[in-house]
Amino acid sequence: MDEIKQAKIQIVNLSKVFGTAPKKMLQLVEQGMSKTELLKKHRHVLALDNINMELKEHSIEVIMGLSGSGKSTLIRHINRLIAPTVGEVLIDGENVCNMSAAQLRRFRQQKTAMVFQNFALLPHRTVIDNISFGLQVQGKSESLIKRSSYYWLERVGLAGYEKNFPAQLSGGMQQRVGLARALACDADILMMDEAFSALDPLIRSDMQNVLLELQRELKKTIVFITHDLDEALKIGDRIAILNQGQLIQQGSADNILLHPADDYVKRFVADVNRTGVLRARSIMDAQLQTSPDLSNTVVVQEDDTVREVLHSMLSADSYNALVTNQNGKAVGRIDSEMLAAAVNN
Amino acid sequence: MSWSEFPSMSRTDLRSLRKSIDESFRDFSQEYGESLERFFDSLLEFLIFSERLLLSTPWPLMITICAALAFLASRSWKIVIGVVLAFSLIGYLGMWQDTMRTLSIITVCTMVAIAIGIPMGIAMARSNKLQALISPVLDVMQTMPSFVYLIPVVMLLGIGKVPGLIAVIIYALPPIVRLTNLGIRQVDPDVIEAADAFGCSGWQKLLNIQMPLALPSIFAGVNQTIMMSLSMVVIASMIGVKGLGQPVLKAITNQYFSMGLLNGFAIVAIAIIFDRVSQQYGRRIQQHRQGNHNG
Repeated sequence: MDEIKQAKIQIVNLSKVFGTAPKKMLQLVEQGMSKTELLKKHRHVLALDNINMELKEHSIEVIMGLSGSGKSTLIRHINRLIAPTVGEVLIDGENVCNMSAAQLRRFRQQKTAMVFQNFALLPHRTVIDNISFGLQVQGKSESLIKRSSYYWLERVGLAGYEKNFPAQLSGGMQQRVGLARALACDADILMMDEAFSALDPLIRSDMQNVLLELQRELKKTIVFITHDLDEALKIGDRIAILNQGQLIQQGSADNILLHPADDYVKRFVADVNRTGVLRARSIMDAQLQTSPDLSNTVVVQEDDTVREVLHSMLSADSYNALVTNQNGKAVGRIDSEMLAAAVNN
Repeated sequence: MSWSEFPSMSRTDLRSLRKSIDESFRDFSQEYGESLERFFDSLLEFLIFSERLLLSTPWPLMITICAALAFLASRSWKIVIGVVLAFSLIGYLGMWQDTMRTLSIITVCTMVAIAIGIPMGIAMARSNKLQALISPVLDVMQTMPSFVYLIPVVMLLGIGKVPGLIAVIIYALPPIVRLTNLGIRQVDPDVIEAADAFGCSGWQKLLNIQMPLALPSIFAGVNQTIMMSLSMVVIASMIGVKGLGQPVLKAITNQYFSMGLLNGFAIVAIAIIFDRVSQQYGRRIQQHRQGNHNG
């Protein structure tokens, strides 16, 4: 299942200090001054502290943290809406920080598209004119703009609303417009800054499904910012956790749940309902011994969640499960004790 | 030394100071007056052209055009009826020609004020330094008693249409500059960030986002500019601008009560028409703001 994915975005030694003399303040940080001390003594904010990370192509990379963790600042470095104090941001190997104003504009038009927490739609334009905004900026032809805009209008489920103004739509529908506007640009990288955080839970879940469904087909590099762990676990191929401007841990959902890097992450994941997130693959015993009682064994997929495994075992009144991969080959086994450990951990 | 009397400059010093300022300005006006007048020649021609145009247009056509413009801008029959009634009454009471002259100068003033004011407001919105520089100048333009700057204008250009126009514009320009600046600065920063994220250039941002979203504010500025130039009509008539101001001035000096009242009401009528039409238009272009939050 693991195709080799190339790094699309590389963030190297990136630090950001907000204030009037950021470079000077950064030296103080390097000499060991803490974030709180810097704020108190010098009124400068250390937003990001020496971040190194890779974001892989064709996957949904979630960056999560509580408010003030620097996640929104970090995502804005990818298209240089914010310039770093030190460090580099490489997209396909090209340093965003060295681009001229014109190069940066072209890069933003062609390589990235962004969806915002507060939608940031153009209030004076109709839905269809909002969707076509990115293409207009790119200077595409009228016919292409029209074709593409109506295509995306339909794909996000807003057909019939093209002549409405944003203020006439509900929050969920407005964010569909925001998503369509970003997708219409046909950029490799889709940046979503708390895109679903302002929506109520049911609508949020809907939008997550819309995104996942589109991603199966589009295979873009999606950088998704959120403060909601359930959301991160649901949609993220990988999750990076930020705290106080530092990158604490980056890995798959299972990896973070089973091997939290520190107490902060441990507290973070404490209340998560693991059964719906952990996969059979992560909790199985890969040492294949033939189980003693073959007659009472169910077969499950390695991608099944723990909840699904539990359900299969209960409905077959069994204490053992054989885990198989996509090709039907046995790769491990799970017994009731391992299940109990995974749920209670 | 008594504290009740401020230690002022001696009378002779003050007199010589004023004299030297006056003389140097007189020298300046003798030196450059003519070339300045030539500079404004094309403006004068434009003023004369627009006045002739309005005066030579047959009155039924003129009323029809005004009513049609009012309808196009406001889509309100009430306002159209008001326009027709007001103009008919003005004509019937013998103020048609003066009203046309006033309309002509107001129109030119507004056009010049828009042409200067909107770019100035845009420039101001893009630079805090420029804003700090222009704001006090606008304050002076708005609060300095108009008679004070009429003196140098008349010294430089004599009396006539152009000095009148300049006096009116000095008074009427500030609101359009201020409200253009304010309108652009008030555009939602989230929307501006989105425009940046999609790779807009400065011009694309200005034309596609800042100007359309600042339009209601700019429109309020245009409205104010029209109102203020109308209120300058009487003062401008003191330096030779023909129109509704002149009979008012005559009425003041000769105590003709009814003459002043009628011409004054004609000015008010024009002001109300301009105001209602432009406000209705402003409301119409803001329709997108009235959402019905259902769905």
